[in-house]
Amino acid sequence: MLKAEIYISLKKTIADPQGLAIKHALESLGYKETKDVRTGKLINLRLNINNQETAKKRLNEMCRKLLANPIIEDYRFQIKEA
Amino acid sequence: MKFGIVVFPGSNCDQDCFYVIKDVLKQPVEYIWHKNRRLDSFDCLILPGGFSYGDYLRTGAIARFSPVMERLSDFARKGGVVIGICNGFQILLEAGLLPGAMLRNTNLHFICKYIYIKTENPRTPFTNLCQKGQVLKIPIAHNEGNYYIDKKGLKDLEENKQVLFRYCDVEGEINRNSNPNGAIADIAGLVNKKGNVLGIMPHPERSSEKELGSEDGLNIFKSIVKWIGAH
Repeated sequence: MLKAEIYISLKKTIADPQGLAIKHALESLGYKETKDVRTGKLINLRLNINNQETAKKRLNEMCRKLLANPIIEDYRFQIKEA
Repeated sequence: MKFGIVVFPGSNCDQDCFYVIKDVLKQPVEYIWHKNRRLDSFDCLILPGGFSYGDYLRTGAIARFSPVMERLSDFARKGGVVIGICNGFQILLEAGLLPGAMLRNTNLHFICKYIYIKTENPRTPFTNLCQKGQVLKIPIAHNEGNYYIDKKGLKDLEENKQVLFRYCDVEGEINRNSNPNGAIADIAGLVNKKGNVLGIMPHPERSSEKELGSEDGLNIFKSIVKWIGAH
């Protein structure tokens, strides 16, 4: 069994108004060192396979087909033993 | 001619569309459950607004894999007339039947109000009863209407006259305050290259009777009837 953590975020070239709102909130709390905030989502998956290479291939497919929208989003993932 | 309205779990403008087509436009119309795989008898398919699959993951991302969407894609490829309204527009984008994607409104608010849009191209199945530059008063109700497309894609849209509607003010002027959601190039509605598939964020079915504050939306449905009648 494998475990995957998939991170999806807006491409760097696309404005993230949610990140900007969080940045302003942090600044108003006194965290003036906040240079930039980008948000995203985390998807946790457990896979019924043990081969990491196969898992990588299948996860890439899942991300491209459904989990991320390649027009506006980037994704990356980590695979671990469950 | 016959209209078909696709119903997904979470669609909520399907009945408004049905009412306008049947009782205002006096045209035959049927609901099509999203698991249906037979679309042979229809002349125009409507993807209505709402929150298909609760907007989970991304708006329209899960609905686009419903069984009906495969058939709808075939229908569109053969030149069938398709109109996606609000969530329907988002589904068409996710399905790749229209280019680009939707982002959250720049002000991060769900916006529900009457706005104005300007007709940019009156030579389409959806706008043939409008004049070029005609201003329509139609309401929006969305959280993700901030249309995005890359520079090259935008250039193609403009060159092929695929942008049918842009947000404007009551006079038809485009200015900083007339764009409610941050959409690139003030785009409120666009068609595919062939011109038979429309995605539009404002709701024409909510503005098809005077009692509701505007009947400008009816121009779009009447244009479809006229176009299909002539082809």
